[in-house]
Amino acid sequence: MTNPAMPQAETAIQLEHVSRQYTMGEATIQAVNDVSLSVARNEFLALLGSSGSGKSTLLNLIAGLDRPTSGSILAQGQNLAGLTSLELARYRCNTIGMIFQSFNLLPRMTLEENIELPLRLAEVPREERSGRVREALERVQLTHRLGHRPMQLSGGEQQRVAIARALVNRPKILLADEPTGNLDSATGEAILSLLREVQQQLGMTIVMVTHERPLAERYADRLAIMGDGKLLSATETTKEAAQ
Amino acid sequence: MKPRDLADLAFRNLREAILRNVLTTIGVAVGVASLVAMLSLGVGLQELASKRLSQSGLFDTIVVTPKNNFRGMGRPQREAPSDKPPRVLDDDARKEMEKLPNVIEVYPQVRFFTEVRFNDKPFATVVAGMPESSRNSGSFDAMQGKFFTSPTANEAILQIEFAKDLSDKPASLVGQDLVLRYAERQALPANNDSSNPAGEPSGGFSVVPKELRLKIVGIVETEPAAGYGGIGNARLLMPLATASTLRAAQVNDLRDIVRDNSTNKTTYASLSVRAKSPSQVEALEASIKAMGFGAFSLLDASKSLQTFFKVFDLLLGIFGSLALAVATLGIVNTLVMAILERRREIGVLKALGAADSDVQQLFFVEAGVMGLFGGFLGVLFGWLLGRAITLGTNLYLKRQNLNPIELSSVPWWLVIAAIVFAILVSLAAGLYPASRAAKLNPVDALRYE
Repeated sequence: MTNPAMPQAETAIQLEHVSRQYTMGEATIQAVNDVSLSVARNEFLALLGSSGSGKSTLLNLIAGLDRPTSGSILAQGQNLAGLTSLELARYRCNTIGMIFQSFNLLPRMTLEENIELPLRLAEVPREERSGRVREALERVQLTHRLGHRPMQLSGGEQQRVAIARALVNRPKILLADEPTGNLDSATGEAILSLLREVQQQLGMTIVMVTHERPLAERYADRLAIMGDGKLLSATETTKEAAQ
Repeated sequence: MKPRDLADLAFRNLREAILRNVLTTIGVAVGVASLVAMLSLGVGLQELASKRLSQSGLFDTIVVTPKNNFRGMGRPQREAPSDKPPRVLDDDARKEMEKLPNVIEVYPQVRFFTEVRFNDKPFATVVAGMPESSRNSGSFDAMQGKFFTSPTANEAILQIEFAKDLSDKPASLVGQDLVLRYAERQALPANNDSSNPAGEPSGGFSVVPKELRLKIVGIVETEPAAGYGGIGNARLLMPLATASTLRAAQVNDLRDIVRDNSTNKTTYASLSVRAKSPSQVEALEASIKAMGFGAFSLLDASKSLQTFFKVFDLLLGIFGSLALAVATLGIVNTLVMAILERRREIGVLKALGAADSDVQQLFFVEAGVMGLFGGFLGVLFGWLLGRAITLGTNLYLKRQNLNPIELSSVPWWLVIAAIVFAILVSLAAGLYPASRAAKLNPVDALRYE
């Protein structure tokens, strides 16, 4: 809305010539090289590519966990380059939900405590929290395991808890880094179907990094393929499973 | 994050590595304990010394004499000559001094040589009158028997050496009677001239031998304020009021006759002014001097003693702090280890929206909590250590047939200071680990397996 040239209402994420270099000793590694991409609101975008193609780095840049060497990122109308480290943390807390290949649940906390963590960070009033946690767990159908610890759950259940944790602060954008990488194909499928479901129910934008092209083709709206840090192509899917 | 959430998470993290954190906390506790034990010994010794000294009456008592009266002091008063004429130390002056602020009591010295008869055997000794205020001075706390039942009772407290002279078993004397033989001063009848119609005493007196039966109520180690401003150690103590009514002939009586006693009022060779506490002595001494009297106290001696104890405390504190310094390194070590272990967790927290400051505060609070618990435990250990040292010392003293003493003292300020100090030191120790944790790159931390 600040930039009339860009249809803000339709665009959730706008990447303009984004590059990210790392220096390792003498060598410079171009992890992300001049990527421009826009993701519409309520879109489910899958980022595909081989290992080291820069897709996870791109995801971290969108998440505000990392900053680009050059280029700009606009997410939900916020220019990430202009945010301080504290504002970036607030952005991660309120605008972004993240899930990972290895779930990243804190093993010594119960599911309830794990899901409550983002609420603590967002300073949500205490009396609201248990309702919000329950609501998030209901969405992933794990309400009965509230007091369990992550290790008592199967991989698929753990990923569902991670999704609940990512949703609890009601973010606009969900970023998923290989969410099915540690799961068998049937469970992976169930997770993607769950992601698709919450995306449609809550009206979220999803960017998912994955290796599994067949799965992505079935659930995502669009595939963006990366190689050597560059965006090779971005194509609409037929989305058979969702139809 | 809100402070309560921060505390929740910190406690949770501390519980997760319970053994390591408990050991670290005990390390802090030992450090604090050594500091507290050292300082409590310092404070205890200081209290012991100043208590003994204030019990002795040396430091809260000012001896007032008429100006230019050197008797009893052994040395001239070094003060600027004033224009005021020397004032007579009489009842008016006494009342004036009683009205000064912070004065507990003003009393004359009543001391006289006398003979005591016990079991029909004579014993020569010095008798001293004890003001009522000395009841609470602590001098009689450790006595056998009791203090005088009333300020005017015909009772006596014996000094232990004198009691041993009287009997092989000094303790058995309590409750027995002795007879005091003394010389009573009787004023000579007035001359029958018209200048003295009221028949007031002429100023001269005769001396009449008298006897008084006293009941022994107690036996005390030493006379309070012995030999200070008086005429030597008294070995028989009696209530000051009783002693005054005897009108026993005192050493300075003869001089009083010679002196031109135009006012015909009771005059005193010296008065003792007891202040509420030694700290008020200085001001009181100045105001008495301003009234035109000579005044003397042992304040200077007490001041140099205080300096000594301050330095002593400082040294003990430095030695005690060494252990705490070692404990500080323990906290740094524990928290740096925790960062390594919780690298991934820190990454997750940051991915979920934790700011650098949240992570920093979390580690900071963990350090502070270890400091808090370490401080509490340390004060407890330190107190126990002090008790143990006191107990051991008293066992030793008992074997040497000496009275037990309170060697260590943990005043409330030391408790609070030790805990606050432990927290501050722990927070300082947490500074480096906390900032290191906060600076952790979340992308690297999340990749870490």
